[in-house]
Amino acid sequence: MAIEVRIPTILRQYTDGQKAVEGTGDTLAELFADLETRHAGIQARIVDGGQLRRFVNVYLNDEDVRFLDGIDTKLADGDNVTILPAVAGGMA
Amino acid sequence: MLAGMLTITQALYDQIVAHAREDHPDEACGVVAGPVGEGRPERFIPMLNAARSPTFYEFDSQDLLKLYREMDDRDEEPVIIYHSHTATEAYPSRTDISYANEPGAHYVLVSTADTDGAGDFQFRSFRIVEGEVTEEEVKVVDAY
Repeated sequence: MAIEVRIPTILRQYTDGQKAVEGTGDTLAELFADLETRHAGIQARIVDGGQLRRFVNVYLNDEDVRFLDGIDTKLADGDNVTILPAVAGGMA
Repeated sequence: MLAGMLTITQALYDQIVAHAREDHPDEACGVVAGPVGEGRPERFIPMLNAARSPTFYEFDSQDLLKLYREMDDRDEEPVIIYHSHTATEAYPSRTDISYANEPGAHYVLVSTADTDGAGDFQFRSFRIVEGEVTEEEVKVVDAY
């Protein structure tokens, strides 16, 4: 089951500079674990304590997975996953 | 003497300042995109501050996706990521540094603290790479 994952610039250090990679898994959690086997270090940049990091946005077919089932969101063959770090900051 | 330099047109400079002024007392934020690898800011893209806060900014997640798709389709990258500080100096805060994820971008900070007499108006530019902040000179030109 192949899922295309689009990788943001900041995480391409783990994918030899590739903008997109393929992975497998029935859920996002499984997908990120699968990516980790070939792109060591990437999982910890996305997942922390079993949850998605607060300032990393993950989209399944253009929908923010926070409005789906978060890291437990189910995946199907041919899905597209996009990872984008939040653009955030401020004086606080 | 500062290490790097941001070269920006007067028109783009004015657009960033006008956006920061408009959204005061909330923080304003946005991007100036440019052709990949050229380091030349060209396309002004003001963003909505989804946090609508005087002390925090965050691009709306759907807007963020749309922005990056669009830049990808046009072979652009975020040359400038700007935001305003409304009561403090235009220097990256700890929050700014910890969420800075574009090592290739110029992080422009504008302070609108002068509005409420809390400080001077400032327009400054920085590189933020792996937690290291480096201020750079800002050169305003009529055209590239």
